[in-house]
Amino acid sequence: MTLDALNISIARPEIFLLSMTCLLLVVDVFLKQSQRNASYLIAQISLIGSLVVIWMNMSGQRAEAFNGTFVVDPLADILKIFICAVVALVFVYSRDYLKDRNIFKGEFYVLGLFGVLGMMLMVSSNHMLTLYLGLELLSLSMYAMVAFNRESGTSAEAAMKYFILGAIASGMLLYGMSIVYGVTGSMNITEIAAAISTQGEMHIGLIFGLVFLIVGLSFKLGAVPFHMWVPDVYHGAPTTVTSYIASAPKIAGFAIMIRLLVEAMGSLQNEWQGMLMILAVLSLAVGNIIAIAQTNLKRMLAYSTISHVGFILLGLLAGTKAGYSSAMFYILVYSLMTLGGFGIILLLARAGFESEELKNLKGLNKRSPWFAFIMLIFMFSMAGVPPTVGFWAKLSVLSAVVEIKMLWLALIGVFFSIIGIYYYLRVIKLMYFDEPVETAQIDSSAGMQIALSFNGLIILFLGIYPGALMSLCFSVFAV
Amino acid sequence: MFAEWPLLSLLVWTPILGGLVVLLAGDHGAALGAKRLALIFSVATFVLSIPLFTEFDSSTAAMQFVEVYPWISSFNIHYHFGVDGISMPLIILTAFITVVVVIAGWEVIKEKPSQYMAAFLIMEGLMIAVFSALDAVFFYVFWEGMLIPMFIIIGVWGGPNRVYATIKFFIYTFIGSVFMLVAMIYMYYQSGSFNILDLHNLKLNMNEQFWIFLAFLMAFAVKVPMWPVHTWLPDAHVEAPTGGSVILAAIMLKIGGYGFIRFSLPITPDASHMLDWLVILMSLTAVVYIGFVALVQNDMKKLVAYSSISHMGFVTLGLFVVFMIWENPANSHITGAVLAVEGAIIQMVSHGFISAAMFLAIGVLYDRMHSRNISDYGGVVNTMPVFTAFAVFFAMANVGLPGTSGFVGEFMVILAAFKANFWFAFLAALTLIIGAAYTLWMVKRVYFGEVANDNVAKLNDLSGRETLIMTLLAIAVLILGLWPAPLIDVMHASVNNLLHHIAVSKL
Repeated sequence: MTLDALNISIARPEIFLLSMTCLLLVVDVFLKQSQRNASYLIAQISLIGSLVVIWMNMSGQRAEAFNGTFVVDPLADILKIFICAVVALVFVYSRDYLKDRNIFKGEFYVLGLFGVLGMMLMVSSNHMLTLYLGLELLSLSMYAMVAFNRESGTSAEAAMKYFILGAIASGMLLYGMSIVYGVTGSMNITEIAAAISTQGEMHIGLIFGLVFLIVGLSFKLGAVPFHMWVPDVYHGAPTTVTSYIASAPKIAGFAIMIRLLVEAMGSLQNEWQGMLMILAVLSLAVGNIIAIAQTNLKRMLAYSTISHVGFILLGLLAGTKAGYSSAMFYILVYSLMTLGGFGIILLLARAGFESEELKNLKGLNKRSPWFAFIMLIFMFSMAGVPPTVGFWAKLSVLSAVVEIKMLWLALIGVFFSIIGIYYYLRVIKLMYFDEPVETAQIDSSAGMQIALSFNGLIILFLGIYPGALMSLCFSVFAV
Repeated sequence: MFAEWPLLSLLVWTPILGGLVVLLAGDHGAALGAKRLALIFSVATFVLSIPLFTEFDSSTAAMQFVEVYPWISSFNIHYHFGVDGISMPLIILTAFITVVVVIAGWEVIKEKPSQYMAAFLIMEGLMIAVFSALDAVFFYVFWEGMLIPMFIIIGVWGGPNRVYATIKFFIYTFIGSVFMLVAMIYMYYQSGSFNILDLHNLKLNMNEQFWIFLAFLMAFAVKVPMWPVHTWLPDAHVEAPTGGSVILAAIMLKIGGYGFIRFSLPITPDASHMLDWLVILMSLTAVVYIGFVALVQNDMKKLVAYSSISHMGFVTLGLFVVFMIWENPANSHITGAVLAVEGAIIQMVSHGFISAAMFLAIGVLYDRMHSRNISDYGGVVNTMPVFTAFAVFFAMANVGLPGTSGFVGEFMVILAAFKANFWFAFLAALTLIIGAAYTLWMVKRVYFGEVANDNVAKLNDLSGRETLIMTLLAIAVLILGLWPAPLIDVMHASVNNLLHHIAVSKL
C-alpha cells in the first residue's frame, strides 16, 4: 500500500482538529482556573481553523481516502462548515453559563471538540466502520457532557438514560450493519450500493438489516417512537450541553442518513420510504401535540425538535434530489434556530437561576425589547411563518412531497404545523403580553449578545433571501 | 415622470423601513419623536401612492407599474409587483387609512408608542405588498407576514381578554392559509411557475379545481370573514386597540375579497361556478343572520364588527352571483355581471372608509369614558354636538343612505342580484332594514335622549386632532358617494377582463 492510496491530504481538516484538541488537552492541564479563558480561546481557534481548512480544501469534487473508507464531497464540505460554525456559536453562548456555575473547565471544550471530530467523521464516512467510529466518538463525548455538572442529580439521571438508550441504539445500528455485511459481503458504502443493485432478487436479509439501521438512526435523530430520551436529556443536561446536543449532531445524523439510506441503499428506496413515512407522521403528531402540554422551555424545544425531525424525514422520504436538498436545507436552518432558542435561555440564565421555565420569559419585551424580538424571530421561524427562513424550509419540504404526488403527506405536514403554531405563539404571548416577573438586568457578555443577535438576524436574512442557500443545498446532490 | 420609478417597491419598503427607523428611535428622550417620524413616513407613503392613481392607464387591463426580478431560482419565485384597476384603489385606501390610524393613536397610546407606530407602519408595507404581489409565493409571504404585527398589536395594546382574541385570530387565519399554500405548490408542479397570471391560464380538471377552490375558500373566507368562520372577528375587534380595529376592518378584511378576485375566480372558474351556490348561501346568511346578531349586541365595537361581517357579505355575494346572472338566459351579455363585480369592489373601498370611521368614533368615546357598553351612554349629543354630527353621518353611511359611499356598492350588488334571482336580491335588500335597525338604534341609545349619567355630562367635544381625522374620512365617504365615477372608470377595464376570463371554461 502506497501513501498515494491513503490520499491522506483530503483529511486535513480532521487532522488539524485532532491535533488542536490534543494540544488543548495538554495545555489545559497546566492552566490555573483564572487562566481558563485560554482553553476557550484554543477551542475557538480550533473550530475556526478547521473551518478555514475545510474551506481551503474544498474542490467541489468527490475524493476518497484511506482505501475508500473516507470520502470528501461537496455535501460533506457544506455540512462540516455548518457543524464547525454552529459549535463555535455554542461555545460563545456557553462561556458565561459555565462560569456562573463553576463548571468552566477545559474538559467541556475537549469533549466538545472530540464530538465535532466524530461528527466530521460521520459526515465523511464511506465505510460503515468509519461511520460507527464517528458516531461513537460523538456519542461518548455527549454522554460525558450531559453529566458534566456532577453536582446535579437530574444531569446524572439524564446522562444515565442517554447512555443506556444510546447504547441500545448503537447496538441496533451495529446489528443492522452486520446483517448488511453478511448479505452484501462489504462494509464499504460504494460497494454495498453496487452489490445491492446487481442483486437481481431482493434479499430478505437486506430488508431485515435495513430495519435495524433505521431503528438505530431514528434513535440518534430522535424520531418517534424512538424519541423517549430526547425530552429527558434536553431537560436534564446543562443548557449549554443541550444547545450542543440539539444542534450540530442532528446535522451529522442527517449525513449518515444520506450515506446509509441514499448512497448505500438507494435502490431499496421503496422499502425505506414506507418506514420513514410512519416515523415522519408519528414524529409530527407526537412532537407537536405533546409540546403543547410542556411548561419547561427546554422540554418544549425538545418536542419541537421531534416535530422538526418529522419534517426532515418527510423531505428525505421523497427520495428525489429536491427531497434530499430540502431536508438538508431544513436541517441547516433547524440547527441555527434551535441554537438560537437555547441561546436565549442561556442569555437569561444567571448564577443560581436557570431561566428554563416558560414563565421565566414573561414580559421579556419590557426587560429587553431587542432580545424579545430576536426570540420572536426564532419562534416564528420554528413555526414556519414568513418572512423567517423556517417558512422556506417547510415550503421546500412540502413541495418535494407534493412533487412525488403524495399530497396527503403534505396535508398531514401542514395540519400538524397548525397545531404546532399554538405553543410557539404562547412563547411570544409570554414575552410580549405579560408583565415581567423577573426584573434582573440582562448582564451577559457583549460577545454573547452580539453572537445571539447575529444568529437571529441570519434567520431573518435567510428568510428574505433564501435563494443562495437553497441552490447550494440543491447543488450538492448528484442523484 | 413617475412611470420609470419603482413606485410599488417604494410604497412597500418606505413604510417597512420607516417602521424600523421608528423602532430604533425608541421612546427615550423626546416623547413625540417616534410619533412624528411615524407620521412623516405614513404621509410620505400616502403621497407616493397618489401617482399610482394619476399615472394609471385605465384603458387597459394589463398589469401596470410592473417590477420583476428573480428572487429564488430553485423554485422559480420572483420578486414581482404590479397593479391593475382592482388592486390600485385598495393600495391607496391602505395608505390613506394608515395616516388616519397614526393620527388617531397620537395621544391615546401611552405604552411603548414607538413599537405601536412601527407595527402599523410595517403592516402597511406588508398589506400594500399583498395587494401588489403577482407571484403566488411572494403574495403568500406577505399574507402570512402581515399576521405578525397584527398579532402583536392586539396582544400588547388590546383590552382585558386580548390574549385569547389575538391567538384565536392568528390560528384561525393560519389554518385558512396553509392549505392555500399546498394548493399553490400543487399548481406550481402543474405549471412550472408561481406567477399568478400564468396560474390564471393554467388548465386544471374539475377535480383539481374543486380542491384548489376549497383551499382558497378556506383562506379567503376566514379573512373576509364569511359566516360560519367569522367568529374570530368580533373577539379580535373588541379586544384590539382602536387603530387595530380600524386596520382590521378597513383593510385586512378586504384582502379576503381581493383574494377571491385575484385567485379563486380566475384560477378555478369552473369550480367557482359549480360551488357558487355555497358562497352565495354563506354570503346571504352573513347579510341577514349576522345582521340580526348585530341587533342584539350591547357592546358598540361588537355591533360594528358584526355589521362589518354583514357588509362584507355583499362583497362575496357580488363576486359569485355573476355565474347565476349568466345562467339566466335573459342576460347573456356581460354587463349585469360587471355591475355585480364593480359593486363588490366599490363596497370594499367604501366599507374601508365607513368601518374605519365607525371604529374611530367608538374610539373617541372609549378614550373618554373607557367603556364600550351602549348602556353606559345616552345623550352624548348634549355634550359633544360636533362629534355627534360626524357619528350620525357615518352611521347613515353605514346604513347605506344615498349620497354616501355605502349606498353605491350595495345598490349595485342588489341590482345585479335581481338579474340572477329575485330572492337573492330580496334577502340582500333586507339589509337596508336590518342595517338601519341596528345602526340607528345604537345611535338613538348612545347619542340622543337625556344625558344618561354624570360621566356623559362631563364629556369634552372633539379635539382638533380628532376633528381632522373625522373630516378626512367624511370627505372620502361623501366624494365616493356622490361621484363614484372615477373609481369605476379605473377598474372597468380590469373587471371586464376578469369576467371575460372566467366566462371561458378551463375544462
